Amino acid sequence: MATDLAPPPVKAVPEPGRGSEKVPIRTALRRYRWLYLMLIPGLAYFAVFKYLPMYGLTIAFQDFVPFLGYSGSEWVGFKHFEDLFTGPDFGRLLSNTLILALLTVIFVFPAPIIVALMLNELRVNVLKRSVQSLIYIPHFLSWTIVASLTYLLFAVDFGVIANFIQGVLGGPRTDYVAQADWFRPIIIMQTLWKATGWGTIIYLAALAGVDPNLYEAARMDGAGRWRQFWHITLPAIRPTIVVMAILTSGNLLDSSFEQIWLMTNSLNRSVADVFDSYVYYVGITQGAFSYSTAVGLFKGLAGVVLIFGSNWLAKRLGQRGLF
Amino acid sequence: MSVNHYKSLGSRVFDTLNIVLLTGLALITVLPLLYVLAGSFATESEIATRPFFLWPEKFVTDTYEYIFGTGTFVRALITTVCVTAVGTVVQVMLTFTMAYPLAKRYLPGRALVLNLVIFTLVFSGGMVPTYLVVRDLGLLDSYWALILPLAINPFYLIIVKSFFQELPQALEEAARIDGCSEMGVFFRIVLPLSKPIIATFSLFYAVGIWNDYVSPLLYIDDSSKWTLQVLVRQLTSADAENALAQLDSVFFPAEGLKFAVIVIATLPILLFYPFLQKYFAKGVLIGSVKE
Repeated sequence: MATDLAPPPVKAVPEPGRGSEKVPIRTALRRYRWLYLMLIPGLAYFAVFKYLPMYGLTIAFQDFVPFLGYSGSEWVGFKHFEDLFTGPDFGRLLSNTLILALLTVIFVFPAPIIVALMLNELRVNVLKRSVQSLIYIPHFLSWTIVASLTYLLFAVDFGVIANFIQGVLGGPRTDYVAQADWFRPIIIMQTLWKATGWGTIIYLAALAGVDPNLYEAARMDGAGRWRQFWHITLPAIRPTIVVMAILTSGNLLDSSFEQIWLMTNSLNRSVADVFDSYVYYVGITQGAFSYSTAVGLFKGLAGVVLIFGSNWLAKRLGQRGLF
Repeated sequence: MSVNHYKSLGSRVFDTLNIVLLTGLALITVLPLLYVLAGSFATESEIATRPFFLWPEKFVTDTYEYIFGTGTFVRALITTVCVTAVGTVVQVMLTFTMAYPLAKRYLPGRALVLNLVIFTLVFSGGMVPTYLVVRDLGLLDSYWALILPLAINPFYLIIVKSFFQELPQALEEAARIDGCSEMGVFFRIVLPLSKPIIATFSLFYAVGIWNDYVSPLLYIDDSSKWTLQVLVRQLTSADAENALAQLDSVFFPAEGLKFAVIVIATLPILLFYPFLQKYFAKGVLIGSVKE
């Protein structure tokens, strides 16, 4: 790595040679004053909008009164966590969040892998590129647009999907978006529509990196298409799948707040409420700042445990972890 | 790989099936969008009676005339365009100025700052504490609340940092020997070399702000400061009638309006899409390779 080290500015004190060598703070500050100056705005951003909120998490252990501030409010220990765990909402929130997470693992996670593998087998390059261009589009559309499209397509009186269900499948004509039973399928369908195409990019990149000589050699040895796929293609993307799995597991409890909030209504609340939307509802709209912060902190910590846990598991299973 | 090495029957069946399925996938992706575009130019009765169409029988522009004649829409559109423009400039400036020193491996303290940045990817204060910070700063109902809390995307920062690290150092050194200050190197050497990546992240950031619904939901109460996404939401959600009642007109093409407002909120992104597509794969991948 030492070869990558760029030397410090020429004008400055004689070059130390290695970047890791200790330089007195004062010397460093003077020598690199412009670089440090450039860091300041960004550091200020992270301090104010990332680390100050982390300090603000202390209100989870307080009965926070905005008027009294972070230091003046009364400390109550784990009261809000006890309220959460023993309260009437916890079971519903946990099961709703976990069921959505489970559905995501089963349906959403494999989808881009499968599509990337299918695209990889597609030999017609023009078609391959067109399909790619089209399926990336939804990634750039907002959840608001996706939700609005869903409402339009499922609309009782004129929606295309509602028409299809009635006319072609012979189902009843009802307001599917308002029904609790349809909430989870619709959420998963939306996620598949929006994220699958974009998700293929990372796998396609891994597939593009496979040495063509491997396939050539396999063919010489008489391997058919299926065996080439099984012994060359699949192992080639396994590390990528592992990394994506670790990243996904860290986000499992982060049900997409924006998406879920946009699809929630008074009729499907029993299945739609997840930790994130509950935090918004209780915290922002009802002003229970301390309690909702406790809920958010619980969810955040569980996410950290999940990501480190799955990283550990991946290493135990002989894969390269993320860190 | 243009030569087809696979002649077996199973192989050919698979290829056909593969083409059919992938084409189907592409159609499922774009047909809803094309339908909405067609519906926005159709009459109310056509929307109500035809189950699905990609070309309106009778081409009308009622809804668009109505939209651009309504103060609420025009104001939301102007607001969104301005917030997106200003926000993108702020975000790009902050991201690139911070990424440059972080790309200098010899800078003492760099590792600490990088770790602080990476930590925010794993853990955050969350919605309510962030809301309280924004509120304490007096930014509620301010357009800055739509920009500042999202000023630097840590992922983008790390990608830009990796990009800077890969720039040839010789040029920078030459400039320094010629007496160029560190700022001069940044503005005269590094930024001009980074034009493609600046374009990429400008687009990414712009799309992010344009599409943002959570920030206005959290920080904007005043309906005169609504952005386009909020308006889309208000008009197409279950309680759309309430929102429509607020608008200053007696007649409105209610269903067509929903189609048209979706088109208006989507169109700028689709117009930029070819540019986005040119760079995004590169942008997504740089970050995954280095460090």
